[in-house]
Amino acid sequence: MSELNDAHRSPLVTGDKTLGDVTRDICAPMDARPSGLWWAAFFVSFVALLVGAAAVWYQIATGIGTWGLNKTIGWGFDITNFVFWVGIGHAGTLISAVLFLFRQKWRTAVNRSAEAMTLFAVMCAGIFPLIHMGRTWLAYWMVPYPNTRGSLWVNFKSPLLWDVFAISTYLAISAVFWYVGLIPDLATIRDRSQPGWRKRITSILSLGWDGSARTWHRYETVYMLLAGLATPLVFSVHTIVSMDFATSVIPGWHTTIFPPYFVAGAIFSGLAMVITLMIIARKTMHLEDYVTMKHIERMSLLMLSMGCIVGLAYGTEFFMAAYSGNPYEQFVFKNRALGPMSWAYWTMVTCNVLVPQLLWIKKVRTTLPLVFVIVILVNVGMWFERFVIIVTSLHRDFLPSSWAHYVPTTIEIATFVGSFGLFFTCFLLFCRIAPAIAIAEVKGAAHLKKHASTTTPVEEQAA
Amino acid sequence: MSDRVLLATFEHEDDLLAATEAVRRKGWRILDAFTPYAVHGLDRAMGLKPSRLTWVCFICGMTGALGMLWFEHWTASITWPIDVGGKPWNSLPSDVPVAFEAAVLLAGFGSVFALFGVSRLWPGKKPKVVYPRVTDDRFVLVIDEADAAFDVPSAERFLQEFNVVETAEHTSEEGHYS
Repeated sequence: MSELNDAHRSPLVTGDKTLGDVTRDICAPMDARPSGLWWAAFFVSFVALLVGAAAVWYQIATGIGTWGLNKTIGWGFDITNFVFWVGIGHAGTLISAVLFLFRQKWRTAVNRSAEAMTLFAVMCAGIFPLIHMGRTWLAYWMVPYPNTRGSLWVNFKSPLLWDVFAISTYLAISAVFWYVGLIPDLATIRDRSQPGWRKRITSILSLGWDGSARTWHRYETVYMLLAGLATPLVFSVHTIVSMDFATSVIPGWHTTIFPPYFVAGAIFSGLAMVITLMIIARKTMHLEDYVTMKHIERMSLLMLSMGCIVGLAYGTEFFMAAYSGNPYEQFVFKNRALGPMSWAYWTMVTCNVLVPQLLWIKKVRTTLPLVFVIVILVNVGMWFERFVIIVTSLHRDFLPSSWAHYVPTTIEIATFVGSFGLFFTCFLLFCRIAPAIAIAEVKGAAHLKKHASTTTPVEEQAA
Repeated sequence: MSDRVLLATFEHEDDLLAATEAVRRKGWRILDAFTPYAVHGLDRAMGLKPSRLTWVCFICGMTGALGMLWFEHWTASITWPIDVGGKPWNSLPSDVPVAFEAAVLLAGFGSVFALFGVSRLWPGKKPKVVYPRVTDDRFVLVIDEADAAFDVPSAERFLQEFNVVETAEHTSEEGHYS
């Protein structure tokens, strides 16, 4: 069986590795001292995190009047960044769960870091609505618990409340999925570590994992179940995020295309972020044999297909506006493309629809620097997509007398920078303290060469 | 009461799979196998039944969905009905998203905790490592020697066909490996 596969497929892991090599290579960055590049990146991220923390402290202490929002534009940077970060998280689940169900074995090289990315991105996303509530210290009012106000319950008919449940479930399930995937690898680290703090911590966290086939058998079942649960979950999360907009009666938001449009956009932006991180990780951590050009190429193709869906959605929105006969709807879209914020709209179209088309060319998607530039542009474009949807739909509403303009304040920008700081600080720490590639999954999926026998066949002949 | 078991160590999953099947055909009892990753087909070779954890998942999911549907109905239309935009108090469609999330949350946590329970995994548990490299690059098959007809030297010779790299005998507590 495995010989047959070997003959017909290019290997998932290059460089003639044995099982032991896989363990050693993936654990190497954890054993080595961090490089200068890592320290530099960590320093920059940590400073950004501190800037963000200061901004968050200030705006919670002072109030959200420190933001550039006004009576007309009630959602700006906050919700843009919220949707941006939630969207980025979705590719992690796509890679770890959806590709698992489709038996795409190449996912094993990237799923661990993609799941970590999901976790950190959802954490970043959560910051924004929490602050936007105003009195953040009362955030627990979103939880339906018996209280002394009646009990007055939460409004289960509101998409904003659905969001609370969707995002917190998503964070919890992503964390569990990630941890369950880590358990066998933690055991591997435990067994190869010298006695010390690392061995102690991994001994606790690996839950006494011993590699028993009976446990593996149940583990595989549960992993499949989690993948099966996470797949509809990821679709539900961004569907619900889109309903925050779609169930309102604002022209430009009130449309049935939003759920699939948002989900495709989320996966698109997330894939761009995964590729960005993987290109950086494989270079800085020398994982070129595990994250091969084939992986980058396949993810690029997935991203390209998502980009085309997103492009189709942009076109459909304009068609629907024209076809609806609704003058307000038509005005919003004309204003989006030609109004005072048209620069944002065209940045979005260029980055999300036009630039990714270059990936049709094999030469482009196998040239790392070009792929890197494209994914960075997609990241930028997808941020602008949310900004365009939110701000251009709001800034010129039904009454021209209340038309307004939106400019983010320093505080809002600092919070956004801080969310990047949090994301990259977490990700850089993750690369140091946990195996960035799922060791056990790579071993199971890649058909590694047979061992050159190093031990004598039977050491104990006599019983 | 103690039992003797034979530990056979292999370097490649194909050898382990072939040996497992052959040992089962010989009628020897396989107590367990230890592998660095999930070896596909090993469950079938060992004759393991499909896990019943899927049922745990299903029951937890249903509990989550139905429980949350009931809770939404109870809060929105029984204990304190509040008119929201003139919608009916017990409007089922608006209850679906949260009920779905509750189903996923409960099903996910339920199956993972059931896995920990059934496989006896808990924080700080001391692992029984049958062979030091079993979480790295070795595969170990644990064969029960309880059978009176079991003869260790001939079993070792038999396993040589499958490129066994090491065999060892262990004494194990009753039920330790199963």
